[in-house]
Amino acid sequence: MKHSEYLIAKPSKGSAGQTGLWRSFRPVYHVERCIRCLLCCFYCPEDVIEVHYHRFILFHYEYCKGCGICASICPEDAIEMVEEEE
Amino acid sequence: MAQPQSVAGIPVEELLAPGHAACPGCGQTLAVRIALKAIGRNAIAVMSTGCLEVSTGLYNRSAWKIPCIHMLFENAAAVASGVERALKRKGSDARVVVFSGDGGTIDIGFGSLSGMLERGHDVIYICLDNEAYMNTGVQRSGATPYAAHTTTSPSGTASVGNPRPKKDAPAIAAAHHIPYVATASSSFPKDLYRKVKTACDLTPAYIQVHVPCPTGWGFDTSKTIEVGKLAIETALWVNYEVVSDEITNVMKIGRRKPVEEYLRMQKRFRHLFASEEGKREIERIQAMADYNAKKFGLD
Repeated sequence: MKHSEYLIAKPSKGSAGQTGLWRSFRPVYHVERCIRCLLCCFYCPEDVIEVHYHRFILFHYEYCKGCGICASICPEDAIEMVEEEE
Repeated sequence: MAQPQSVAGIPVEELLAPGHAACPGCGQTLAVRIALKAIGRNAIAVMSTGCLEVSTGLYNRSAWKIPCIHMLFENAAAVASGVERALKRKGSDARVVVFSGDGGTIDIGFGSLSGMLERGHDVIYICLDNEAYMNTGVQRSGATPYAAHTTTSPSGTASVGNPRPKKDAPAIAAAHHIPYVATASSSFPKDLYRKVKTACDLTPAYIQVHVPCPTGWGFDTSKTIEVGKLAIETALWVNYEVVSDEITNVMKIGRRKPVEEYLRMQKRFRHLFASEEGKREIERIQAMADYNAKKFGLD
């Protein structure tokens, strides 16, 4: 590797490490109540909610900081905040 | 079935990678995410010092999928001007966008911003207004609202918090007679997306985005969107556009709510509810909201 390559920051996920470890409440998705409005995807400040096939959503728990915005914005209460075990 | 490319007209592709060091519930990263979707990949971002730069650009790592350059507090707009001129000289059509906090825009970087707007560079300037210097520990800035508690304007027997009202920076930017000035809020992402998209064709453009800060303002991380919406519903923050020196497209709010609802949610205003004197200050803040409502015809 050339010397200069060490100096150039490459874009990567988790630039501050596994930020999911910061979480004290975990969002749990109840697929049966979901109406696929995708408001949670728009409002997630962390971009950890992915729009999946058939417009289901998928959480990336490695980086989710557990702020709870998705649960508070959900019109059908399809996302529930559950306290982490450990 | 393939993954959708866009949802409700907003592209799915993300240009700010997850796992950066911003606080949970940060309104600022939400605003930047949406703004980057509107600007697209073919762009260069210039950041002044602030929460955004500190949280997304830790040494040797970056959360940005577009080229970005970190500048000092005072010269982000000046550097963006230079980048834009160099790109023009090379015949490139890449956009230049500045992301800066309220301190870097309204206090320290105001000279270079004014110069950039006055020279008419093709730059989109986005000011992320969280109403204090949050990165260094909540010191007051020119954008801090009246009577807010910060570490350099503490509330107590001798003071009610910040003694001065918020500086009207969008009006000062509009006074440069630039093609596009807008105010937006991270609680209304579609509106923000549309405004940044409009700004791409009407440069130089100045957009001031109101971004609630759970850490500095003192509210629960899940309430970021609610607080931002209440600021608009109480008319303490008004979303509007200034196109060719005319105020247009003011966001209507229906029935205006009393300012207490907005103030009560935040710890930085809690001293106002503890004393008789505080009640008079709330009335004063209500008068400011009434003034906004009258000025922009919200009622």
